[in-house]
Amino acid sequence: MKKSKLFAIIGGLGIATLSIFLISADHIDAPAVAGTKADITDFYAFQGSNSSNFVFAANVQGLLTPGTPTEQATFDETILIEFNIDYNNDLKEDLVIQAIKRGDSMYFFGPSAPAFSGTEGTKSTIATSAPNSVKISTTTDVQIADKNGMKFFAGPREDPFFFDFNQYNAILAGTATGFDNPGDDTFAGTNVLSVVVEFPKSMLPNAIAGVNPYAPNTPIYNVWVETKRKQ
Amino acid sequence: MKTFKYIYLFAAITTSLLFVQCKDEDDNVIINATCSDGILNGDETDIDCGGPDCLLCGEVLDFSGTFIQEDQMGRPGINTVFGTTGFKNAFNVTVPSEMQAAFQSKFQTNLLALNPGYTTNALPNGGLDAATFTTVLSNDVLWLAQSGITTYFNGTEILTGRTLSDDVIDVSLLLIFGGPGGTDNPTLTSDGVPTNDVAFLNTFPYMAGPF
Repeated sequence: MKKSKLFAIIGGLGIATLSIFLISADHIDAPAVAGTKADITDFYAFQGSNSSNFVFAANVQGLLTPGTPTEQATFDETILIEFNIDYNNDLKEDLVIQAIKRGDSMYFFGPSAPAFSGTEGTKSTIATSAPNSVKISTTTDVQIADKNGMKFFAGPREDPFFFDFNQYNAILAGTATGFDNPGDDTFAGTNVLSVVVEFPKSMLPNAIAGVNPYAPNTPIYNVWVETKRKQ
Repeated sequence: MKTFKYIYLFAAITTSLLFVQCKDEDDNVIINATCSDGILNGDETDIDCGGPDCLLCGEVLDFSGTFIQEDQMGRPGINTVFGTTGFKNAFNVTVPSEMQAAFQSKFQTNLLALNPGYTTNALPNGGLDAATFTTVLSNDVLWLAQSGITTYFNGTEILTGRTLSDDVIDVSLLLIFGGPGGTDNPTLTSDGVPTNDVAFLNTFPYMAGPF
């Protein structure tokens, strides 16, 4: 296939139907959530600096510019941020870690079994167990809670996502034929609101192997994040 | 796979940079009085209540109610890349166990629209054809290894998690546009931005402080 043809197709599609194609990892990925306090921009899950721990991080409300927009950005008390964990590869959440703002703090529940799972999993109620909490950080006051073997953070952070989105738009628009090297990080200098939790792997049942064909012997969890609004 | 070797080299270089750059914020974490530490401190008028920062005393925290899904994310960029007008919103409010049935064929259509020359990709063991690739991706969950290295791709490990420094865009571009050898469409397989604009922290909360 000739590249010129490929570009023509991409360009045409880009303008016609994919106008926000690949704007970022998940920032403003769909009309209904774009610009709302429920808009997830990114989700990370990795082994902590202590290899006995997992770290889950969810970012919401992307593209905050420094200064007032970042300082005035707030979490919403009606938006539940929920980390989902499936340990038996049926794609249904077996455990959730829930986070929601009350007053000046973020309250965390779990990991615990959710009230609803699978096809019912679009719906949630908050666990009745005692929460852990952390005061929500500001741009100048960084708060970390270390409670019950877990660590908690909520507040503004530099957006860890990096991508030459402007050049991608130029490619889609047909005014460029490819990326530059080096490119220019469109997300440089912008912030997000982050929720980060680190917890011992021992809080989870063992995962199962055979999930990832590129690591067939490694037990793998399926994990994802959701935002849910109080009805 | 030559491209993978180059990416591995890149990953090695960028990873090494992580260890020499460090924001001074590392040592600047302050633990203040909070409205949930179980003691009367700060401007509180009773334990964890009152004052300018905390809830009114006597006010019981209310976590009741039913919450309904508005957004969902497993792997990076799935809805933005493969969703199109008409089902982006629907994708965000679908649970993972129902995604494949609802969206796999749509994802495949969009993959072939993006790259009409797509046959397979540079994943090991011959790569994934369009149907298999979009089947994996339409189940929008992130695989997370219980033990060992967690990374989207580091040149060796593949899809065992996602760290802050993983260049997920290049991985995605390579698998969509790079063909079976990762060498097709070379100007479309990397955006030339291999790292974040600031270094990450080595300790919790890992993300750098805001600008």
